[in-house]
Amino acid sequence: MSRTTMDLWVGVFVAMGIAALFFLALKVGSISGSDIQSPYLLSARFDNIGGLKVRAPVKVAGVLVGRVSEIRYDNERFQAEVVFTVDGRYKFPTDTFANILTSGLLGEQYLGLDPGGEEKLLAPGDVIKKTQSAVVLEKLISQFMFSKAAEGEPAPAK
Amino acid sequence: MADVFRKMGSMAINGIWQLGFIARFFWLILVYSGQSFTRIHLTLRELYFSGVMSLLIILVSGLFVGLVLGLQGYETLQRYGASDSLGTLVALSLVRELGPVVAGLLFASRAGSAVTAEIGLMKVTEQLKAMDMMAVSPIARVVAPRFWGGVISMPLLAALFSAMGVFGGWLIGVVVIGVDDGAFWAQMQDAVDFRYDVLNGVIKSGVFGVAVALIAVFEGYDCVPTAEGVSRAITRTVVSSALAILALDFVMTSFMFRG
Repeated sequence: MSRTTMDLWVGVFVAMGIAALFFLALKVGSISGSDIQSPYLLSARFDNIGGLKVRAPVKVAGVLVGRVSEIRYDNERFQAEVVFTVDGRYKFPTDTFANILTSGLLGEQYLGLDPGGEEKLLAPGDVIKKTQSAVVLEKLISQFMFSKAAEGEPAPAK
Repeated sequence: MADVFRKMGSMAINGIWQLGFIARFFWLILVYSGQSFTRIHLTLRELYFSGVMSLLIILVSGLFVGLVLGLQGYETLQRYGASDSLGTLVALSLVRELGPVVAGLLFASRAGSAVTAEIGLMKVTEQLKAMDMMAVSPIARVVAPRFWGGVISMPLLAALFSAMGVFGGWLIGVVVIGVDDGAFWAQMQDAVDFRYDVLNGVIKSGVFGVAVALIAVFEGYDCVPTAEGVSRAITRTVVSSALAILALDFVMTSFMFRG
């Protein structure tokens, strides 16, 4: 095997390896970390976050605008505090509503924002006050069962 | 009774001694590796023998692993009506675990054993001693280029393995079974993050490359210079590379992917 053919094969090998890395980076994965431009932090407090996890998507009208960066428990308010980064291109009014929603019946949970009609905009570091907790399936079922049971009871005597 | 303790003690001392020997050997390789880059054709030759010659086995195994993942993944996922997530399953399991680990195991048995055999045979035929006599450092001339050849080719081979595996999964899932093409890729891209999944996989394969290459050159250099000694060294290379890869994989996974 002469030097030049060997060099050629090594060059082909290295090029193939780098092409495979690019394939993995662009086609298989998405460079989502850098998709978010000039991010800023917002936070929201929830009574119950259900199965929300760090790095869960933040969506407005179904469009990905950020990711959850931190979840902690506030021991003074007895609530969960969710800190999330939002793309700097998007601004939201101060009366924005934050919900914890589920994609599909069994899908992952995400943070959904519903912009309100206020003129003032949320500044970086602000806390969203209007929130709705995650729907916990057990609570839903027990509510349903209690209401069914209450329906079946005879009306109390007057 | 004292005999048992004596045996344990001698095993411990031998183990520690060997560990120190490997560490010093590693340090010497790093010190003497200047020549493998100034005389780049030495390293290119090793890249050819351990990288290019491993291409076939890596590509074919990657394809088959992907095909099997596609079949088995579909079989399980369609019970829960989640067959669209097939792409996610195939890509995540390949990029995070199977790509680096299986490529590392194959690389150890295909290229690592060859390197051990080559260096071991050089030691048996006293070529290494001859080099020393001519004031050519065998570590700079023989060991370091083989080490760097392995270290460079391992991440590339792992990436090729993963890419081939994803292609195999796509072939079974989309072409043969008929999962929706758009859903396959879209769900995959949604779930696989470049930094968290792909880059961590590349780091893993780099670490495996260092471990396998170091074990291979060390066992060759350290072997008993007889025919039997060389064959034992080759066996040890494959066995300890496999153990090192699996153990390191567990440690790195527990640091990298803590959900």
